Amino acid sequence: MTRALALIRRRLVGSVFVLSIVIIGTFLLLEAAPGDAVDAYIVSTGGDAGLIEVLRHRWGLDQSELTRLANYLWALCHLDLGQSVTFSRPIRDIILERLPTTLILMGSATALSFGLGSALGIYAGAKPGSFRDRFLSIGSLALYAVPGFWLGLVLIVVFAVDLRWLPIGGIETIASAKTGLSRAADIATHLVLPVSALGFIYLALYLRMMRAGMAEAWRQDFVLAARARGLSRRRIVLAHVARNALLPLITMLGLQSAQTLGGSVVIESVFAVPGLGRLAQEAVAGRDTPLLLGIILTSAVLVIVINLLVDLAYALLDPRVGASEAGA
Amino acid sequence: MSRLHRFLRSPEAIAGTAILALLFAMALTAPLLFPGDPQAIAGPALLPPFQDWSLPLGTDRLGRDVLAELFHGARTSLAVGLSAAGAALLIGAVVGTLAGFAGGLIDEVLMRITDAFQTVPGFLLALAFVSIVGPSLGVVVAAIALGAWTGPARVARAEVLSIRERDYVAGARVIGMHPLEIAFREVLPNALPPVLALSSVIVAAAILTEAALSFLGLGDPNRVTWGAMIAEGRAVLRTTPFLSIIPGIALVLTVLGVYLAGEGVVETTAVRRSLS
Repeated sequence: MTRALALIRRRLVGSVFVLSIVIIGTFLLLEAAPGDAVDAYIVSTGGDAGLIEVLRHRWGLDQSELTRLANYLWALCHLDLGQSVTFSRPIRDIILERLPTTLILMGSATALSFGLGSALGIYAGAKPGSFRDRFLSIGSLALYAVPGFWLGLVLIVVFAVDLRWLPIGGIETIASAKTGLSRAADIATHLVLPVSALGFIYLALYLRMMRAGMAEAWRQDFVLAARARGLSRRRIVLAHVARNALLPLITMLGLQSAQTLGGSVVIESVFAVPGLGRLAQEAVAGRDTPLLLGIILTSAVLVIVINLLVDLAYALLDPRVGASEAGA
Repeated sequence: MSRLHRFLRSPEAIAGTAILALLFAMALTAPLLFPGDPQAIAGPALLPPFQDWSLPLGTDRLGRDVLAELFHGARTSLAVGLSAAGAALLIGAVVGTLAGFAGGLIDEVLMRITDAFQTVPGFLLALAFVSIVGPSLGVVVAAIALGAWTGPARVARAEVLSIRERDYVAGARVIGMHPLEIAFREVLPNALPPVLALSSVIVAAAILTEAALSFLGLGDPNRVTWGAMIAEGRAVLRTTPFLSIIPGIALVLTVLGVYLAGEGVVETTAVRRSLS
């Protein structure tokens, strides 16, 4: 357990640095934007020069850049992300409202691509160089070449428009007054298509990694030893070869989280899923600088937390990791 | 057996190269075969494909020639994909070389910045960048490169770390070369091969990101892009899905061609390495 604690401590220190760079970087980027929140507000609602002055002062936009950055950092310490211009509500509340949807979407899509991808990878890697191996490798590559948003549209055409099996978009049936299990089932049916669109494109990653790791593991001495002990082929494939190829896939889970989060921006817009990604698009459309800043920051924190969890899982699974840090 | 010979023996590599050759041909001949503005009205609106042979792939909602748009879209996809990947590889190689060669505080700072860029989803960053600076071809290229240079930087750094201890680097130090000159003239060229091995993945990702950006309406409005064509067809998805499906197939084939050709190159060079 000390191993894991040492790992967490080291990672947390690193995360603070990384997060500060992200904050400063996005702040500078968004400062460079022509026009500010007041301009956007005036464009949408109208108002005179006097109102502009008042608003600039109230939102602290008439101060120097450094002061604004300091104000922003101070507010962040209180978990205050500021006020959204387009929604006229605290940004933290909006983000917290949208976050669960995105987490469910991301989690299910990752489970799909990891589960199916590694299973197919084991199937392909059980016989490297065979027909099924080549077929799955090329097939998964073709799938990896598909843009997620286009896959989403094709799924809509087939399953929602032609077959009418599944809803075309949204997160649940509007004004259905469903509760409990029936509401959960309703949300699940709405999520089938977006989760498939997001999950299938990243499936190839796990499949190919599993397959490559297994092709490598087949050459190791422990496989020869297992063969010599007379273990069944099935046992060798699952308990020895696949098991050794599985660990790098867990690291991939963490590395992939930022990608999946980025991918969900487009998928949420295709399926009108009210999550964080769609919120980002709404922020762009409304020129809502603080909101976009908040979303980018939230995703960075999310990615850091996911990677921390993945590292922890890895340390628990592989006794070699972090062994040197426990003594330090 | 020559490297080219081995490359041509792999069916995947041949397929990939053929697709890319076709794509380059489309991009180069677009102004000749379809002169004038591809976004101009060419016929009746929503003409289905294979009906009128002067408009083989039909027309979209505004009566624009889908085939002409497809050809001109190939230009944008290739131009953005290649230049964004080139920029990402260049930035990555320079940052990685500096970090690996300098070591110490410079290394620490550069790698924390790399970490930060990897923590923010690349697509979200590109979205923010384009929406702030305004959509034009150059901005889209920069936005994509901004999220794609971290992989090459890490690979370059790892390679530089192993190269900088070699004898010829020590030799260059002894004859009094400036450290920056050693880093960029002696070390960087030798660290390039594994970085360049990433190029197919990065080009493919850049093409997909460009498509997604223009799908969301953040592409260059004066250029035909496949992503914008898919978005345009989305409005009539129920009645005429082919308008979204055709440019999507072009995208899939393009990206697949890049992967296959890239994999062919890596495989032939890897075989060569293990033989020597």
